[in-house]
Amino acid sequence: MKKVKVTTGILAMSFLSLTAMSCKDAKNENNNVDGQHTEMNANENHSEMNHNNDDGHYNVEKKEMAVGNNQDVNAEVVLKDYFNLKDALVADNNAKAKELGAALVKSLSTLNVSKFTDAQKAELKDIIEDAMEHAEHISKSPIEHQREHFKTLSKDITDMVAITGTANTLYQQFCPMYDKGSAWLSMNKEVLNPYYGSKMLKCGTVKKEIK
Amino acid sequence: MLVLLVVFVGIQFVPTTRNQSDTIPETDFMIVNKVPNNIKSKLQASCYDCHSNNTQYPWYNKIQPIAWFLEDHIIKGKAELNFNEWDALSIRRKASMLRSIIKQIEKGEMPLDSYTLIHRNAKFSEEDKTTIIQWMVHLKNNL
Repeated sequence: MKKVKVTTGILAMSFLSLTAMSCKDAKNENNNVDGQHTEMNANENHSEMNHNNDDGHYNVEKKEMAVGNNQDVNAEVVLKDYFNLKDALVADNNAKAKELGAALVKSLSTLNVSKFTDAQKAELKDIIEDAMEHAEHISKSPIEHQREHFKTLSKDITDMVAITGTANTLYQQFCPMYDKGSAWLSMNKEVLNPYYGSKMLKCGTVKKEIK
Repeated sequence: MLVLLVVFVGIQFVPTTRNQSDTIPETDFMIVNKVPNNIKSKLQASCYDCHSNNTQYPWYNKIQPIAWFLEDHIIKGKAELNFNEWDALSIRRKASMLRSIIKQIEKGEMPLDSYTLIHRNAKFSEEDKTTIIQWMVHLKNNL
């Protein structure tokens, strides 16, 4: 009899803790602006993510064994994904930015570094590793977090371009207001702010032209 | 009710992996960065349960489904950041990590509310926050 009492006690406790947990979940969901929609997308992206991750690891391993792979991409592909991501953030589009974060993980993981010097390869490896982490976070975060990660991602991509170069003219733009000053890259001279989106679309200046 | 009770008793026999280790590797954040004692004890109490190879388990970890909940937290926490393996990161990754650490402490996102609810001593006071953030910023600027 006593045992039953103890067990029921424990049971009640675990129920309480479970209830507490689900309350927390409910709160989180409410925090999302578009509630279930975001949740669904998160799940979709999650499975996609795993898939990409597998690809990434596979390719990294492959690269170490034999340099050169027809499916490897150049820096322009990474830049294209980055600019699309930037445009999604400019448009305040969380779901689209998630998709593009995942796309960026994939293009970064297949970036061909074989034509660079050993020192450049080492530097690129660090850049890619860091950029992939940020892109991965972007693929599953609410928009404020996406923007935080976009800041460091932008630095990584800027450092990448300094090594790989690009066929296009890029503009490094700068917003002094976001997080004590934050930069990003754009294909257009006109400033459209990815850190604030519609809230402060025109905030920022062109700092540098990269050719 | 009886069914629930049976399920509850049943799941107690499902094993979980415990996150415990006797050794502190040389790559540990505290060792590599010679963290001063006042900050060290704060980080140990507030971060290391989920962000290192060694968790100080509470007694109720023996009870399912709480054990699963904790296990899941620890796996995710370590995947994000493992202080024990700090020095294996590139300088670029360290800078990124410190940026995230500073941001999350500043905003009160870390330590998690669900954690400090039970571990009252893990909660950072405003003063703690300032001290830790200042120190982390200094570390980041001197990588």
